Formats: sequence, C-alpha cells, structure tokens
Amino acid sequence: MTRSTTTTGTATGAATGTASYAAEVTGEPAARFRDLLAAEWLKLWSLRSTPWAYLITALAVIGFNVGQAYDTYRYWTTELAGDRDRFVRDGIPLAEAFTSNAVLIHVLAAGAIGAVTVVGEYGTGLIRTTFAAVPARRSVMAAKAAVVAAVTTVFGALVAFVSFFSTQAILSGKDLGVSLDHPGALRVVVASALLTPVAALVGMAIGTLLRHMGSTLVATVATLLVLPMVVSPDRYWSALIAHALPYPAWRRLTEPGARFDVYPWSTGGAWTVYAVWALAAVAITVFSVEKRDQ
Amino acid sequence: MIEVKDLTKRYGATTAVKDLTFTVRPGCVTGFLGPNGAGKSTTLRMILGLNDPTSGSVTVGGRPFRDRPRGLRHVGALLDAGDVHGGRSAVAHLAVLARGNRIPRRRVDEVLAEVGLAGAAERRRIAGFSLGMRQRLGIAAALLGDPPVLLFDEPLNGLDPEGVLWVRGLFRRLAAEGRTVFVSSHLMSEMENTADELIVIGRGELIAAESLTRFAARGTGAGVTVRTPRAADLADVLTAEGAAVRQDGPLLTVTGLDAARIGDLACRHALPLHELAPRPASLEEAFMELTADSVDYLAGEAR
Repeated sequence: MTRSTTTTGTATGAATGTASYAAEVTGEPAARFRDLLAAEWLKLWSLRSTPWAYLITALAVIGFNVGQAYDTYRYWTTELAGDRDRFVRDGIPLAEAFTSNAVLIHVLAAGAIGAVTVVGEYGTGLIRTTFAAVPARRSVMAAKAAVVAAVTTVFGALVAFVSFFSTQAILSGKDLGVSLDHPGALRVVVASALLTPVAALVGMAIGTLLRHMGSTLVATVATLLVLPMVVSPDRYWSALIAHALPYPAWRRLTEPGARFDVYPWSTGGAWTVYAVWALAAVAITVFSVEKRDQ
Repeated sequence: MIEVKDLTKRYGATTAVKDLTFTVRPGCVTGFLGPNGAGKSTTLRMILGLNDPTSGSVTVGGRPFRDRPRGLRHVGALLDAGDVHGGRSAVAHLAVLARGNRIPRRRVDEVLAEVGLAGAAERRRIAGFSLGMRQRLGIAAALLGDPPVLLFDEPLNGLDPEGVLWVRGLFRRLAAEGRTVFVSSHLMSEMENTADELIVIGRGELIAAESLTRFAARGTGAGVTVRTPRAADLADVLTAEGAAVRQDGPLLTVTGLDAARIGDLACRHALPLHELAPRPASLEEAFMELTADSVDYLAGEAR
C-alpha cells in the first residue's frame, strides 16, 4: 500500500493529473480472456446450489429413463417368435435410451441452469459489481457462455451415456438391449447430450434479455417446449417453424421412425438447427449487454 | 481525478442528472451530497460506465472507464453493499473479482483483514451478513486492486459507531496516500468530519462545488449569541447598526455583526454583557438551505 503523494491536484492539473495516473498504474498485467474464464468457473462452483441442480437433474432424467426400461423389462412377454426382432427393428431400445418424458425435464432444467447464471447476477445486483470490476462487458458474457456451454456439454454427455448404458443393461435382461455400435445408437446419445448446452445457452440468452427470473423461465419454457407442441408438421409454414426448433430436431435425430413425411428434412438439417440456436443464443448473450444500462 | 463534463441523463421524460460539470481531485476526500433522489447514484453509475449518459462525458484518469478492459486497478467502487450474491462466502466473492482482474489471491486475505472480516466471517455465506458487514465487504472489494480512484455510495449506512470511525480514518488515509476519494451521502453530518471538498447536487443539478469550509460559510446560521440583562436596549442598538436580531428573554441571537463589533457597541452604550459567544455556521443548515428548493420528497409538503 505504498503510493506517492505527488498528485496534490491543482486547478491546472487536468493534463498533469492524467499523466501521473498513467504512471501509477503501469504495473497492470495484460488483460487475458482466460482470467475471465477462471473467474466464471469459480463463480459457478462457489454456489452451493450448482452441484445440487446438476445432481437432481441427473437423478430425475436418468430415473425416468431407467424407470421406463425397467417397466418394459418387467412386463415383457414373448408371445410370438420375432417379437424381439420387431422391438429392436422399431427402434424401441433407442427410444428408451432417452425417453421423450426425460428429455422434457432435461431441457427444462438445462434452460433454467443457463438462465440462472445470468439472472442470478441481475436479480442480486451482482452484475454491477461484475461490470465495474471488468468493464469489458462482452468478454464477461463470452466467458460466462463458454463456461456454461462446456459444463452443460460434459453434464449432458454424462447423463446421456449413463442413461444409454443403464437402460440397455436392463433391457438386456430380456435380450432386448442394443450396444453403442447399433445403427443410430451413438446419434441418440450425442443428440441428447448436445441438446443440454443448446437449451442452457437459450435460457441464458433469454435471461440476458429479460433479467428477471419469472419472465425468463416462462419465456424459456415457451420457446423450448411449448412452441414445438403448437406447431404442426403437416402445414408448410408450421412445419418450417417446427423444423427450425431444437426439440423437434432432437426428435428427428433420436427417432428415425418419427413421422415428418409431408415436409421431410435431413439429419444434417437437425444438427444445423442445434448449431444455429447455440450460436444465436451466444451472440444475443454477448452483444445485448453492450448498449443497455446495467 | 474524475472529470464530469455537461453530464445529462434522462429516463424517458424524467431528467435524473442535468448538465453536471465538476472535477474530483486526488489527494483529498470529496463528499458528494444531495437529498434522496438528487441523482447521486445515477452519476456514480455513469462514472463507472454502467449507465451511458444521454449527453456529456465523464473520464476517470483521463479516459472513459469503459475503455479499460479490467477495472479494479483503476477504480475501486462500492455502489451498493447489496450488489453481491448471498449464496457465496466473502472469500469466494472477492476471489472471483480478483481472478478476473489477475490480482494475486493473497490480496483477498489482505483486504479481508483490513476491513475486519478475516476469520470465521469470511467463510460464511453473505446472505447471513448484517448491513454493516456487507459494507465492509464492499469496501474490501473496492480496495482489492489498490486503485488510485475510489468511489463509495453511502458507505456509512448500517455501520456501528466504531465502524463509522474506522471508515473515516480509512478515507483520510487513502486520500493522504494521494488517491482520489469520492464519497456520496445524503447526510451532511456524515461529511462534516470526513470530507475536504464538497460537490452538492439537488434534482440532478449542481448546487455547489467547493471546499467544506467555504460551503459552511454560506449558511446564514452563522451568528453570535449574546446574554444581557438589558436585552431590549442592546437589540435596538444592534438593529440600528444593521444587524438582524432575534430576542428570547435575556438572550439575543445576532447575525450580520461579529462578536468584536457587538462587544464594542455594548461598551460604548454602557450595556453590560454576561455572555458573548460566536456560533459557528452549521454545515447541516447550509446544506438544508441550499437544497431546500430541490428536495423531491419534503415531509409535510402540501400536495
């Protein structure tokens, strides 16, 4: 805490005062993005609620998947020869690897987790402390988005793989399970895993725009889950919207038999929907803080 | 050095700050005074680049604060002690701020010790902190980067008398080290023993920017208390000399003449004096008089 007292400011001191400050702060190290990444990482894990949110989500999602598989296992009776083959051919083992019920919970939780990282700061006022410490707002938000994307991707992969292997292990009790090299199996796991960061980033972008927890959660649920339910794949405009939404993209990737016949689309298109939503969400998160008052 | 120039901030039809121009110099404590709603917090936010001015400019150390990629080594600020996440510990809160600014981790322990939060308190969740403890944490965050400019918005709120004394000592020391210390308050009494210079605003406009002593002299409260058994006679003499006199039994309150002149006049007219006491101007009175026109929320105001 040593500081020269040379700056006994005088009325003429605009220029000299500036010069002396420049001299005073020369010890400042260069600004690095990875410091912000580290800060956001610390920020995330210094909240007790973070591990709990992930743990409860994982238990709920895996629980739903395992429960469905167990139900199949428990009540499976082979009545006709060929039942087993038809079961596998229809893709039911893969459908039970990550059920559509589980994915609803998963998307909801991931969206909320993403939203909380931003809304938690606005709700408490911490955002002002954050931006006063790091005036480069876009860098802060980019670091935040990077940490959220990385953590939710790893989390999504963990949940998807555990779901896959545990459900197939249960189904194997009746010789119904498939392995990861079964056609489409890996795609189910990867599509379910990657839906996690997409949902989290969308929640984060909406949180950055709305800044309030209640409205953010409603808007996130509406965007990710309600919108796909109200659009119909049988009308052109409606199908166009449906094809551009993440949840239908997940269905397309995980249920090869899903009916999108009238206006067909490709697997590549579904992956593109994931990528575009993720990138758009990051862009909104990073750039929308620049001009608004905090 | 903080330089505010023609600063204006409008929210829709409301003007929060209007054509504000002032300079906050290093090496002294500058008080930022104004009634509630005068625009102090808005101004501080604009200094920190959190809010953009509608027009005008503000620089810290010659540059707009938002041009700095990292802020803590340039400006330390306590805007609101509530601007923290209650779920974190004091240590975690400061460690996050330090990490983003590439400040060594040991600074966190240093500032916690400096504000008196070291020990058991630093590991507790901030949600359980009293307002006084949060103020200390906010001050710790402001000190983290050892910055040449420090801003504090109402830092004395919630502090106990010992805390108030400590904060005053801290501000004096920071200023003595050559730093710029800018402290807002809506209470003149808080500034009386803290600030050297004053910036006074009301309804978003500048009322005064001068030293504390000059500001105090503006108050008409300065006067002389005189006790005499012949109060009425002395009152006539003093009034004839152009003074304003208020009589209360044997007690006169005189403004417009100094104690020496009153003593001489009493002597010349052979009037006995039992007491002759100059009353220093009260800052509080000066402040109240100057801001009376610009108080937004006046008690008992007819509506």
